[in-house]
Amino acid sequence: MVDVIVFAIAATVVLGGAIGVIAMRNPVHSALSLVASFFGVAVLFVDLDAHFLAAVQVIIYTGAIVVLFLFVLMLLGVDSTEDLSVDPLGGQRPGAVAAGVGMVGVILAAFFLTRSGSDEVVTGVPSLAGPLVDDLGEPNIRILGRAIFTDYLFAFEITSVLLIIAVVGAVVLARTPRATTTELAALAAADRDAGEPSLEELPELQEIEEAE
Amino acid sequence: MNVEAYLVLAALLFSIGSVGLLIRRNPLIMFMCVELMLNAVNLTFVAFSKELDDIGGQVSVFFVLVVAAAEVVVGLGIIVALHRRRPGATADDVRMLKG
Repeated sequence: MVDVIVFAIAATVVLGGAIGVIAMRNPVHSALSLVASFFGVAVLFVDLDAHFLAAVQVIIYTGAIVVLFLFVLMLLGVDSTEDLSVDPLGGQRPGAVAAGVGMVGVILAAFFLTRSGSDEVVTGVPSLAGPLVDDLGEPNIRILGRAIFTDYLFAFEITSVLLIIAVVGAVVLARTPRATTTELAALAAADRDAGEPSLEELPELQEIEEAE
Repeated sequence: MNVEAYLVLAALLFSIGSVGLLIRRNPLIMFMCVELMLNAVNLTFVAFSKELDDIGGQVSVFFVLVVAAAEVVVGLGIIVALHRRRPGATADDVRMLKG
């Protein structure tokens, strides 16, 4: 009985937050709705005995990722309202809603039509990683850690490469392109024509020319 | 709760995310919708992990989290670079994939 109540409340929060993300006009309100939705998912993770993932969900998603979103929102200005009157693709929004309803229909049909023959909704072969609860009654985080650092060690190491690539990519994308030496020389020539300090008086440019 | 309730919830969450991705034109909101879809898939993984008594689903969710974090970093970098070049740009403004 208790888990039904918990599921009902958490599911309401998840779906309400998700609808809030796509319905709110102000992007900051969307981000806060996203926090609610992620938190509901974390509650459901606890309900499903995924205690470590619930903590990680709160820390990474609602903590880091949404804060990153808000950071970018504040950096770019929150007053950028979306002009919803223009519809560049004719009938895009009704089509999108129809596609969403159709997607729900297809997924639910896949769930419920496949179990018409048997009582089992899920079938398949257990993975190499082992059961969720072992005989010793160890906590979830210990079992998960053992699986990640033994059976999935190579994938874990690869994710470190992925994170380094992501950091380098973010730095490359976010930095402002520095003017090249020829552009600097052209700028200095233009300044000299206008009676500004000459090329020789720009120490920064001389350093660049010496370096080359 | 049985697993079907979680699967239905995840299907609804995924569909809401995909509808939002299609109807919104602010790149940041579209990004949030992608995160919603990723969370729906995570919920499915964890629900099946519980149902099948298998830790593999939770390991998959762990890796999805890492990839999602990397994706958010790069995606927000692209959005910042886009807004620096064209302030107030929506997804429609970059549909030609030209600077």
